[in-house]
Amino acid sequence: MIDLQPFWVTLKLALVTTTILLIISIPVANWLTYKKSRIKTIIETIISMPLVLPPTVLGFYLLLAFGPSHWLGKFLENYFDVRLVFSFPGLVVASVIYSLPFMVHPLQSGLSSLPATLKEASFSLGKNKWQTLFKVLLPNIKPSLLTGIVLSFAHTIGEFGVVLMIGGNIPGQTRVASIAIYDEVESLNYHSANIYAAILFVVTFIILLTVFSINRSFIRAKQL
Amino acid sequence: MINFTIYKTLHSSYGKMRLNISCEIQQGELATIYGVSGAGKTTILRILAGLLQAEKGFIEIEKQTWLDTDKYINLLPQKRDIGFVFQDYALFPNMTVRKNLEYALEKEQNKDIIYELIDMMELSQLQHHKPSMLSGGQKQRVALARALVRKPKLLLLDEPFSALDNEMRIKAQDIILKMHRHYNLTTILVSHDISEIFKMSNKVFILDKGVITKHGNPQQIFFSQELSSKFKFIGDVIAIDKEDILYVVTVLIGNNMVKIVAIEEDIKELIPGDKVMVASKAFNPLIRKMKFE
Repeated sequence: MIDLQPFWVTLKLALVTTTILLIISIPVANWLTYKKSRIKTIIETIISMPLVLPPTVLGFYLLLAFGPSHWLGKFLENYFDVRLVFSFPGLVVASVIYSLPFMVHPLQSGLSSLPATLKEASFSLGKNKWQTLFKVLLPNIKPSLLTGIVLSFAHTIGEFGVVLMIGGNIPGQTRVASIAIYDEVESLNYHSANIYAAILFVVTFIILLTVFSINRSFIRAKQL
Repeated sequence: MINFTIYKTLHSSYGKMRLNISCEIQQGELATIYGVSGAGKTTILRILAGLLQAEKGFIEIEKQTWLDTDKYINLLPQKRDIGFVFQDYALFPNMTVRKNLEYALEKEQNKDIIYELIDMMELSQLQHHKPSMLSGGQKQRVALARALVRKPKLLLLDEPFSALDNEMRIKAQDIILKMHRHYNLTTILVSHDISEIFKMSNKVFILDKGVITKHGNPQQIFFSQELSSKFKFIGDVIAIDKEDILYVVTVLIGNNMVKIVAIEEDIKELIPGDKVMVASKAFNPLIRKMKFE
């Protein structure tokens, strides 16, 4: 019988990561869209770096930073009793950083495609920034929200390098599906690897197919 | 009464331009800012609304200061009691017509104003439609209604008629006049159409390259000498043709084309596209009821 636990770990990681990303990316994307600040370019660069940086580089630095010999790791362990290396919370932190551009970019491009007058009209009607964001701006970029959610979810499922560096391969803790496949291949257990791989393949296909069809219906609804 | 002084450097298509104006408008007046595009008309409205910062300026409305750069006072758009109708109407696509109006309600404001506006603007048939289903004229009525929900002290209209065809335009003008009177508003409207200004407003400010060159009532402004004419119309010059020693000027007045004989002196400064007044002094015009068979 095949061990399904890696899938539950993966699913949990993807759900937690996507939720956290959604919460932090909305204000970040809002800030990046509307602020004209000099540090904006630097922030944008930092957020986009996981797109090009090898995951192992990111994982390596996180491993150093969260390790018990580094001040950050020490601080977290002494004051919050949290150890981020080789633990599930550590995986979440790493995934959030790693998938940040996949959530921020769609939201940012969605917001900047809206006419500026929508926001101004809301202000002129006496509504503050947050009322405007949640009642006017976000409801009008539903396709971007969906794209962001799905891309970060799918990207987290497919994560390998970062997870391996900072999470290792602890069953039930940090052993996610992609690691499990690697592990099975290493021990020449091709049959199990094949099943894991096939499941990931199908799940990813279904997720993306759903997004594209929903987005198409959004666009069609807009044209009506 | 509203009075304001605004100073700002603009970067327009003509290069750097200084906007430097001072206006005074009485409560209940409908004033127009007239000028070619790029003269800074919209900028003035945006600064009044607080959507754009002036470098230096002062805005006071009914003894309430909205902006005073010397005293570092600059109220947020939310705190200024304005209604703004944008050129693109800026209706919220995710809300129905009714929800667009309800969104503008202040906390604990009575909903009766919504029913009143829907009724007055003839929107009851459309109230559950999304903005994407509406025509230009309908969108504009919704935008105007939405701007009036909070009963603003100052109504700002940015080229409200530019995107409408002739018939819709006349209807829209009538509705704006009706609302202006009904709610006793102070209204500032931006326009580059002289006939529109004659119909709508009692005060006009001519804006040219960032400064107000003239202001007063439209009669005084657009025609230097006052004619004591029996009847007069405003139209656009379509063509100027030479016939023997005379000229024939074709003028479009409303939907009618008229030909007017002119001498060389008259047409010296005229080119097609100019706004002109066609007036008669010596003859008695005849009037007959139109019969449609």
